[in-house]
Amino acid sequence: MSASMRIVNGKVYDPANNVDGEIKEICIENGKVVDSVSDEASIVDAQGMVVMPGGIDIHCHIAGPKVNAARKLQPEDHRHDVHPGTPFTRSGSGGTTPSTFATGYRYATLGYTTAMEAAVTPIGARHTLEEFHDTPIIDKGFYVLLGNNIFLQNLIREKRMEEFDQAVAWWVSSTKAYTVKLVNPGGDEPWKGKRNSNVSDIDEKTDEDLSPRQIIEAFIKTVNKQGYPHPPHIHCNNLGHSGNYRTTLETMKTAGDMRAHIAHIQFHSYGGELGKNPISKAAEIAEYVNSHPNITCDVGQVMFGKSTIMTADAPLAYVLKGHSKGKWVNVDTECESGCGILPFTYQEHIYMHTLQWAIGLELFLLSEDPWRIILSTDHPNGGSFMAYPKLIKLLMDEKFRHEEMKRVNQKALLKCSLPELKREYTLNEIAIITRAGPAKALGLKSKGHLGTGADADITIYDVMDDKEMMFSAPRYVIKSGHMIIENHEFKTDFTGKLLHITPEYDKKIEEIVQPFFENYYSIEFSNYAVDDRYLHDHEIIQTGINKV
Amino acid sequence: MALNLKLHTQPEVPLEADCICPDKLQSLENNEISSLILFHGNRQVQLGDFFDCNGTFDGEIVIDGDLSNVKHIGATMSFGKITVEGNVGLHAGAAMRGGEITIEGSSSGWLGPEMIGGRITVKGDAGHMTGSGYRGSEIGMQGGEIIVHGNVKNETGHAMRRGLIVVGGNSGDFTGVNMHAGTIIILGQMGMRTGAGMKRGSIISFNQAALLPTFSRNCEYHPSFIKFYFKYLEEIGFKIDPSHLNSTFERWSGDSIELNRGEILLSMSKK
Repeated sequence: MSASMRIVNGKVYDPANNVDGEIKEICIENGKVVDSVSDEASIVDAQGMVVMPGGIDIHCHIAGPKVNAARKLQPEDHRHDVHPGTPFTRSGSGGTTPSTFATGYRYATLGYTTAMEAAVTPIGARHTLEEFHDTPIIDKGFYVLLGNNIFLQNLIREKRMEEFDQAVAWWVSSTKAYTVKLVNPGGDEPWKGKRNSNVSDIDEKTDEDLSPRQIIEAFIKTVNKQGYPHPPHIHCNNLGHSGNYRTTLETMKTAGDMRAHIAHIQFHSYGGELGKNPISKAAEIAEYVNSHPNITCDVGQVMFGKSTIMTADAPLAYVLKGHSKGKWVNVDTECESGCGILPFTYQEHIYMHTLQWAIGLELFLLSEDPWRIILSTDHPNGGSFMAYPKLIKLLMDEKFRHEEMKRVNQKALLKCSLPELKREYTLNEIAIITRAGPAKALGLKSKGHLGTGADADITIYDVMDDKEMMFSAPRYVIKSGHMIIENHEFKTDFTGKLLHITPEYDKKIEEIVQPFFENYYSIEFSNYAVDDRYLHDHEIIQTGINKV
Repeated sequence: MALNLKLHTQPEVPLEADCICPDKLQSLENNEISSLILFHGNRQVQLGDFFDCNGTFDGEIVIDGDLSNVKHIGATMSFGKITVEGNVGLHAGAAMRGGEITIEGSSSGWLGPEMIGGRITVKGDAGHMTGSGYRGSEIGMQGGEIIVHGNVKNETGHAMRRGLIVVGGNSGDFTGVNMHAGTIIILGQMGMRTGAGMKRGSIISFNQAALLPTFSRNCEYHPSFIKFYFKYLEEIGFKIDPSHLNSTFERWSGDSIELNRGEILLSMSKK
């Protein structure tokens, strides 16, 4: 059991409770924030420091078969970045796809205490849960890929929506997932069936007589109807293609006034003509998001340097491998999705890469509601999560931003509004886009704040002028009331918990799903659902609260 | 005066001694050298736990003992000289940038992987992956010389881009596999699938070899540049049979799966 603790003299940033830089005492007992503790509680003196809730990464790729495939594909990435052990923590390897242990520790060293794996095929859920068990410190959950699931698409096409609702709930519950993930909905199956085939418009019908819009609409309706804590997590069609902002706007319009989360929206905010250089449409996208409170999004900021493209959007990976001309891998996902992985490097002198970098920053800076535009790099697609401190500096320091702009492709800067944007994020706003905002979007009521009853996931930073330095190395990191990092050094190890939901479903749906399995899957139906033995410490987040 | 390191305790599991490198020893006193940290398996130990340290470091290190279980000697070194009086373990001279390593005995595998400059001389045999790229790397050796007087095993010069590898004896399979450029000279026999996937570069042998069907025979000729190589090899201690000096060579180009720009030259003197 964790000890009682009292954090004193710290400048607290807790936007969910309207605390903006007040000197305030935080008391911890039994892993929770409490009103008061006894005099015997240990004291953490945070004089001259900033106290925030632990960071929450709403969209990253850190566990499961595809991450493992990326690790195997890039042994050179790990060789150059060895993660040494300490008396309390285990060793590992780093790079853009760190080993499980290094992933947990490295998140902790940035002050992050929760991370959500954003794309897991149902058939890969068991593997993901096993890797989660070996991902220390952080709490974690995953979104299950259902947008290209053949069985569910059949139900939509045949308009068997009651069975669709039950089947989605069965799939989410059976895999111990947190919500549903749609990736290029409707696009993977054509690609798997025909050479270089893909959908190019949200209303384009596939050979299966189904459009992406029909799929998106069906998932948004069922998730909102059942009241999942987090809405469908949508990777729109046409990622990375010039002119794709129209698809993104149409995807958001498809939600109407129902909740939807648009993933890595930067990659979906490009104007221009298909096949030609894109221009920024960040203003149009930001305007729509600003005026529609039902929409949340994470940015998927591109950071220059090494990354790993890792996506269920297999057609996209296939296109990109033609550009990189290096190694890549395509992983079979049976009837459920696609998967493509390739090492990639974002370079300042390249027009496209600079524009992507600039559009991400524009989206942050044009956002009028930081609660709904969340910091992410789509780790490791836009860059590693280890680049978050630099991204925070770019948002908080206009002068630094302009210095960085001198190093990038100048033609690309002419096609966006970044040079004119003067805004600088405050510490309170940073606390929103990295903590309170993602917690709210995920429906995690005990995270992202420091009010009574909150999980005692707390990060304490030294105040520094250089915000990159400040957010790179918190002085204290407390997870579930345990002092994990003290004076920049690990003091203990800790296994975080799994966050998942268990939506209710009618058991009869299994009788409908089972024959499909027996005909098309490589594994038995009885072996498919993940049983409770694969759960380590876990917390079921309630569904049905936000029912529409 | 050279720094003398004498192995006094044979490591039970591999000792990762990348600190035995002139770049890391310069300006250190002997007691500081003895306290350098290295890994014995997964445990940290001090250099002095395994080596006696005598003499003074003046750019040269002489190591005495059977170092078959000592890895990474001279890794990343950029200057100076290391002489090993016995055998060495894996990864000797890995990513070496300059200087010279002389091994009086034999070397294990991964000799000079991803080497950039300098020279490694092995008086005995060397193992697999000599002068190669690590798994996952697109490029192996980028410069320098690896001279092996004995035999080498498989994948010598894998993904090599520049530099020279000379083998006095035989080579195993896949010599010069995925080679980008550079020169490999095998004075003995080569194993199977020589030059598989090679893009450019030259592989030269004194013996005939069974080549892949993706290589095509171009001509027989007397390449004048080879005489310069042979002269150089004699200077560094190889004995070249005079019959080879004016030998005719068969030129094969390949690998045709990579646009046919590499060459394999096989001496006709033993055909």
